[in-house]
Amino acid sequence: MNISSNAVKPGLKQWLTSDTPQSRWQAKCGRAWLGWLKFTENRLAMIGLSIVLALILVTIFAPLLAPYDPLAADLTNRIQSPSAEHWFGTDQLGRDILSRLIYGAQYTLMIVALVVITAAPVGLLVGTAAGFFGGWIDATLMRITDIFLAFPKLILALAFVSALGPGIENAVLAIALTAWPPYARIARAETITVRKSDYIEAARLQGVSNMGLILGHITPMCISSLVVRVTLDMAGMILIAAGLGFLGLGAQPPMPEWGAMVSEGRQFLLEQWWVSTVPGLAIFIVSLGFNLLGDGLRDVLDPRGGD
Amino acid sequence: MTAMIEITKLNAWFDDNHVLKDIDISIPANGSFGLVGESGSGKSTVLRTITGLVDDWEGNILVNNKELTKKRDKTFYRLAQMVFQDPFGSLHPRHTIDRILTEPVNIHKLGNSDARVVEALKQVGLDNSFRFRYPHQLSGGQRQRVAIARALILEPKILLLDEPTSALDVSIQAEVLNLLTRLRNDLGLTYIMVSHDLAVVAHMCDDIAIMNHGRIVERATAGQLADGKLENPYSQQLFKAAGGYDRAVIDSFVDWN
Amino acid sequence: MTTDTLLSVKNLAITFSTSKGPVHAVRGVSFDLGRERLGIVGESGSGKSQTGRAILGLTAANGKITADQMQFHDLDLRNLSKRDWRKVRGARISMIMQDPKYSLNPVMTIGDQIIEAYREHHKVNATEAKRRALDMLAAVKIRDPERVFKSYPHEVSGGMGQRVMIAMMLIPDPEILIADEPTSALDVTVQLQVMAILDDLVRERGMALVFISHDLHLVSSFCDRVLVMYQGHVVEEIRASELDQAKHPYTQGLLNCLPKMDGNHAELPVLTREASWAEA
Repeated sequence: MNISSNAVKPGLKQWLTSDTPQSRWQAKCGRAWLGWLKFTENRLAMIGLSIVLALILVTIFAPLLAPYDPLAADLTNRIQSPSAEHWFGTDQLGRDILSRLIYGAQYTLMIVALVVITAAPVGLLVGTAAGFFGGWIDATLMRITDIFLAFPKLILALAFVSALGPGIENAVLAIALTAWPPYARIARAETITVRKSDYIEAARLQGVSNMGLILGHITPMCISSLVVRVTLDMAGMILIAAGLGFLGLGAQPPMPEWGAMVSEGRQFLLEQWWVSTVPGLAIFIVSLGFNLLGDGLRDVLDPRGGD
Repeated sequence: MTAMIEITKLNAWFDDNHVLKDIDISIPANGSFGLVGESGSGKSTVLRTITGLVDDWEGNILVNNKELTKKRDKTFYRLAQMVFQDPFGSLHPRHTIDRILTEPVNIHKLGNSDARVVEALKQVGLDNSFRFRYPHQLSGGQRQRVAIARALILEPKILLLDEPTSALDVSIQAEVLNLLTRLRNDLGLTYIMVSHDLAVVAHMCDDIAIMNHGRIVERATAGQLADGKLENPYSQQLFKAAGGYDRAVIDSFVDWN
Repeated sequence: MTTDTLLSVKNLAITFSTSKGPVHAVRGVSFDLGRERLGIVGESGSGKSQTGRAILGLTAANGKITADQMQFHDLDLRNLSKRDWRKVRGARISMIMQDPKYSLNPVMTIGDQIIEAYREHHKVNATEAKRRALDMLAAVKIRDPERVFKSYPHEVSGGMGQRVMIAMMLIPDPEILIADEPTSALDVTVQLQVMAILDDLVRERGMALVFISHDLHLVSSFCDRVLVMYQGHVVEEIRASELDQAKHPYTQGLLNCLPKMDGNHAELPVLTREASWAEA
């Protein structure tokens, strides 16, 4: 699938590709447009984007898409194999798996979104501060980061959830606590590369404060690497969430979270494989989608490639 | 007449290296002073000490009759601004020209940012079509003009020019040097220009100091330089080297390391 | 200086296909090269570097080269196979580039690099190779060859690094040396000293030298002949000694816009580009 730039109205296209923009907004849009064109050249990246978009749409339109109530148990219809009425069959309580799958998408999306919103800014701030100020600030912040990095993500998430109690909010918190350290490292590395540049020097000489330099000048240079890393991490986050769900530490029954669904179907795995496999496949596809998207973003945003 | 810039017995260190040794410089208002030397001579370090980039220094630096301490403040930034050597590195790659020029106006609360930006671009010979472009969409000469506009938008009295045309093509260099000459006359600016190119400095500056290994080894006016009246053997060597490839001259070179 | 032609180029054109459309970096360049020093001068975008690279088959993958002739002795450089290029590059035509920081391998000592280059072209054992490497360092007037031999590229000065590059590039005794802005990153006195070394070596070995630079003044004082390039064309071909009689307005403009040390602070004459110069 290749979105041709001819699909855009000529007036709009001209506005986007004008080499004399009339406002900062136009300039930003123009740049985003060029980035978008480059992104669309990558077929796999577009597949990744489609998967992620599909996830978002399924979440939003779940009530319209799901044929059945995901929580409605029907014990007379337990573990039905896939059929015309139940495309993916039913689970051990007679609930339609397809509907549960559709309604379960929101948990995946919510976990990923919440983790990113909490972990990425924290990592960015810690990393840029450490890289910018250096000295003992750098040492302290990096040692704290090291402590979090030393633990394997899933184990640390398990530990937090065990301490805080099961539930989806705690799962989000646990994952976020383990997710931020790599972002701090990336941000710090970029900051150290950038902080001796002439343009930072020039900004300082114009009177820009340290905070202004970090937020307005250094952070934009870190964003590209960070976005790529975050997107690639999303797949991992989904898997950890699913893992927690699988262990009963994430979303609690009867919520149709995909990891929990895989876990519930374990006992029927050999004969009624679809109960576990279908949500498992969903997890796989969404993780793959985020990975492909992240790869595509890296090709477009790689700061080493210039703009 | 009191000098605009008065530097007395300036010494500076970088780690443990003594990079500036007893530098004395006096520049009158609307004057143009040139610092020439090879790499490692310390010429850029003098500028960096004035702007507050060098921590370890001793001596006296008087700018507009006010003595400089370790820190610089907003008053200083409205008095002296710098134009850097590398046009490709001195503009933030993710900021539009408009943002680059508006930021200082807002920080110093000068107001009227829109009018000031338009005026600044006009002063350096760029029209409004450049205003919302990104640096990578400009040529080297255009970027350097933006850098000059950025320096001027705060209405400073002093411009510190660190090899402003070294990275530019010769024909563009001529345009930028002419622009700098015009601005100095129109706005009554004081310049300190650092360069490795004797001819550029001789053309742009009234007084010149030749530096080697952190020390000023000779001073001359532009006129004296034109006549080739240099006494110090190092300066004489530098002067001869500016004359192009001449085997006899080269064979007479001494290694000053 | 003999007048037999080593390299003959006629109507060389190089076009790069980029996302913004085709870029005509070189348009119809012709020249002959004998055992002489040819300077190619131009500003950025003139195509001078691309011309030099084309002679060595080093044009980037998205560049298309066409020429009526590109003859090096009996070899047609237009369609050499990769294998044949490897026999030509380094061995018969060699190149020095601008910044030794980027052209020397940063993780090998200088000595190791020279030895590696040397043993590429001569079958000798390690001791002999080391001796020859030290000889080469001495030939480029490095005063402390043992120390430089053991150093890494970032530990020596730019001038020293360039001399090492020259030493390495001359090991296989090439017939043509292409120097692409070899001294632009160096201080003026060091520049001239490095050029003096080039001078001696080129003269001793009867090599041809192509000296690519943006510095018209420097090139004209060093080379025998000068080609002035503008936007992919050669606008003037002139003997270096007759540069003050240059006919093309671009060459004259370039000469006039240089600041002179004559105490004159008036505005420099500015080069006004004519559209007609870019066609030819």
